[in-house]
Amino acid sequence: MTISYYPGCTLKTKAKNLDDSGTASLTALGVDFKELSRWNCCGAVFSLADDDLLHLVAPVRDLVRVKEEGNTKVITACSMCYNTLARANMVMRDDEEKRYTINSFMEEEIDYNGEVDVFHYLTYLRDEIGWESLRKKVKKPLNNLKLAPYYGCTLVRPAEISIDQSLPKTIMQDFISALGAQPSFFPSSEECCSSYQIISNPNAALASSARILKSAVKRGADAIITSCPLCEYTLGKKQAAIVEKDPEVKKIPTFYFTQLLAVALGLEEDVCHFELNVPESRELLAKMNFV
Amino acid sequence: MNESTTTAVEGKENLEISAKLVPIYIMGKKYEVPESLTIMKAMEYSGYKYIRGCGCRGGICGACGTVYRLPGDYHIRVGLACQTVVVPNMYLTQIPFFPANRSVYNLEAISSDPEEVFKKYPELFRCVGCNACTKVCPMDVPVMDYIAAIKRGDFESAAELSFDCIQCGLCTSRCMGEMAQYHIAQMVRRIRGSKLVPRAQHLAIMVDNIKTGKFKAGLEELKSLDTAKLMETYSAREIEPPMAPEDWRPKENAYL
Repeated sequence: MTISYYPGCTLKTKAKNLDDSGTASLTALGVDFKELSRWNCCGAVFSLADDDLLHLVAPVRDLVRVKEEGNTKVITACSMCYNTLARANMVMRDDEEKRYTINSFMEEEIDYNGEVDVFHYLTYLRDEIGWESLRKKVKKPLNNLKLAPYYGCTLVRPAEISIDQSLPKTIMQDFISALGAQPSFFPSSEECCSSYQIISNPNAALASSARILKSAVKRGADAIITSCPLCEYTLGKKQAAIVEKDPEVKKIPTFYFTQLLAVALGLEEDVCHFELNVPESRELLAKMNFV
Repeated sequence: MNESTTTAVEGKENLEISAKLVPIYIMGKKYEVPESLTIMKAMEYSGYKYIRGCGCRGGICGACGTVYRLPGDYHIRVGLACQTVVVPNMYLTQIPFFPANRSVYNLEAISSDPEEVFKKYPELFRCVGCNACTKVCPMDVPVMDYIAAIKRGDFESAAELSFDCIQCGLCTSRCMGEMAQYHIAQMVRRIRGSKLVPRAQHLAIMVDNIKTGKFKAGLEELKSLDTAKLMETYSAREIEPPMAPEDWRPKENAYL
């Protein structure tokens, strides 16, 4: 049965390296998926005001599109889209009154009652493909590559929509192991990257990003993996600014997890768009003969 | 209301109006108008004289966007005054103009990067997906969908989806994000048209032919003819016969 793929706006502009490597890998894994033919921005941030139903309209509309196309599963690779879609879905499933209000407001759409299951890419790999089966499809094991699993906030908070309910969380480490690489757990893996504070409060933002980078380097990681374009921005693209402010920080390459998946599956390098990462990212893979 | 009505027009002969009259409410005031009139003609029939809020009268210029409601129905209905036939008991007002800021940019100097549009219209990201814009569009343009496409840099889809826009501005009047959707779409279509769509090769060749003087001799020859000779040449010109096969070519092909 076909599953719907929801890319998200950033994956079509600044984070093509997350989109293209992710979809190419799904194809290589034999997943029958189709990008939604009609979709809008998920809203990016889930509103914390309990009665702010208006900001649920955008993500619910996307779930309506999945239902309209006759599918019951939607997969997204972006942490923020996952968070927003999954939480909106929870409201539509669990809160009868809000469901009624939202459905009445969107009277031009079919009613939505939470019929769709929202998957993050990693949960799809774990639950629908399985780590063992993924391991068997790996053509180029990333032996000796030490990867720091960076969850950030939106994959794991709040607990109800966390992609891993176990404590400690293992899903990213299991993913890393399945690729033949070595998980390098670090204490800051669930700390906030500073997110939009990089705009409103850049000094504090760079300091909290610095903490995460230091923690990953201290535990001996060769690189950090993430599934969030905003985390990749604050931890990856802003590294030069972080190092300038705090010379104790050592630079460390960052990747979207799907880029390393594509490499391990032996796919053409162009789907990874390494030109959109910091140059050190591809250099690391080249040094270890993975690309 | 079925009997004919006689109206005196500008002191000329009395015109017999055989159409049935129906009540409509223009800005809250009741008028009886012939049922077959468009909103625009009904307003003129009721005594309004257009200075603004009326343009082509052909459904294209976007000057006569009109909103109305019908009794017992909460929906906002819309139509172009020049195209929409009156409905009995409609409450209407025209919204011929709604303030909408348009960014100034030098098309030559900017790139096709989506950021160019994002910088000029940052309010784009205030869209919450409420879809009020689409619902109020008299041209059935999926406004919310083209805004969604622009947000993800998909200018191709945005241009296609917004193609029927006549810039009446009703979407802008309803937007909670306070953006002027149609100005943003216009910038996108301009960028796409000038930078993303492949240039037409045949046009470049033709311009080059003109510049290198391919047609100069022929034009000079025509200019030298007297009127009688010119008419004779015109009448004797070779015309493509009706239903000519696709591979038909004129015998005289020096200028092709």
